[in-house]
Amino acid sequence: MSKEWPLWEVFVRAKNGLSHRHVGSVHAADDRMAIEAARDTYTRRMEGVSLWVVRSADIVASDPGEGAALFEPAADKVYRHPTFYSIPEHVKNI
Amino acid sequence: MYTTELKDKNQKSAPVTTVAEDPAKLAAFEARVAADDFIEPKDWMPEAYRKTLVRQISQHAHSEVVGMLPEGNWITRAPSLRRKAVLLAKVQDEGGHGLYLYAAAETLGTSRDEMIEALHTGRAKYSTIFNYPTLTWADIGAIGWLVDGAAIMNQVPLQRTSYGPYARAMVRICKEESFHQRQGYEIMMALAGGSPEQKRMAQNALDRWWWPSLMMFGPPDENSPNTAQSVRWRIKRETNDEIRQRFVDVTVPQAEAIGLKVPDPALTWNEARGSYDFGPIDWEEFYAVVRGEGLVAKERMKARVEAWEKGAWVREAANAHAAKRAHRAAAE
Ligand SMILES: [Fe+2]
Ligand SMILES: [Fe+2]
Repeated sequence: MSKEWPLWEVFVRAKNGLSHRHVGSVHAADDRMAIEAARDTYTRRMEGVSLWVVRSADIVASDPGEGAALFEPAADKVYRHPTFYSIPEHVKNI
Repeated sequence: MYTTELKDKNQKSAPVTTVAEDPAKLAAFEARVAADDFIEPKDWMPEAYRKTLVRQISQHAHSEVVGMLPEGNWITRAPSLRRKAVLLAKVQDEGGHGLYLYAAAETLGTSRDEMIEALHTGRAKYSTIFNYPTLTWADIGAIGWLVDGAAIMNQVPLQRTSYGPYARAMVRICKEESFHQRQGYEIMMALAGGSPEQKRMAQNALDRWWWPSLMMFGPPDENSPNTAQSVRWRIKRETNDEIRQRFVDVTVPQAEAIGLKVPDPALTWNEARGSYDFGPIDWEEFYAVVRGEGLVAKERMKARVEAWEKGAWVREAANAHAAKRAHRAAAE
């Protein structure tokens, strides 16, 4: 009965006001034990106030191969940035 | 150190090759790495890059885990409650380092069980340093100061290694590592400033750990066939000899500061180089330890395998508990 425990991705909230951030992963038999293992592994020095664990198998990731299709269209839409618009120097607070 | 290629001498002539890769993909990969871009798990990478990383990262992980043994055996004998609490925290950190690194290796398509099996059957190597015995309490000081010191030297540049998950693990590890070295030096400092007997004990530990610590950086560059490729791929950022020299240069004054003497009659300051010249390293001893002839190599593996086997019931119980909880949740 040597079944490898599933892998969980671990997210830590460093302090209230910040979002959870991915820090690594742990193996654990279930969600509760994953939280406990994540606590021992990633928060030994007060690195966080809250933990999320998510089964790695449940994460859907984009494919680096479709990086161009997904992200490049943004490059030719510079008008989405404020610096695209030229406003005279003497006009303030805009 | 933990990351040099540890192979037997007769394996040395087989450098990893880059044959049969798609040339366009390979060129794009080389360009990204040369531009200091990070490679992430789902990116295309040459097989040789993947293999080299799996070997290097898992070897590094095994070293962290086996590294708990020589120190662990002193936890119950630490001379004060403070020293005991510190050593316990340090050893726990090393276990954590092993976990970060195993997880980084797993992103390359190997499994935790495969890696542990490779370690336990002797197929995978770990740092030669852990096959030397810890005879006195001063050895715990020497390990923190020299062995963790060497580890830091080696790991700092790896925070910029080209493989993202490995680099991120190194950032975490380096943050935790510096207290390891300082607590070791503090132990040495206390002994060196103590009774004549305590001072002798500290000097004796330095005498025994100095040369094995220098060997941790791996064979000299001319005998390290894969270094060039690893440096080009930014898997390694500096060569074994470069890091070894830096270690000698910073460590010698630390020994002098507490009145200990580095056991090397050839050690001299070279004004022109701005570095210490040091005597020849006994590479035959190094290769013997790599081959598994270290003083306590068998003991270390026996302790590891025993811990794994005796822990089997815990892993099984956790699975049974998880299954029971899942079953109950389904029934509700
Ligand atoms: Fe470590
Ligand atoms: Fe350490």
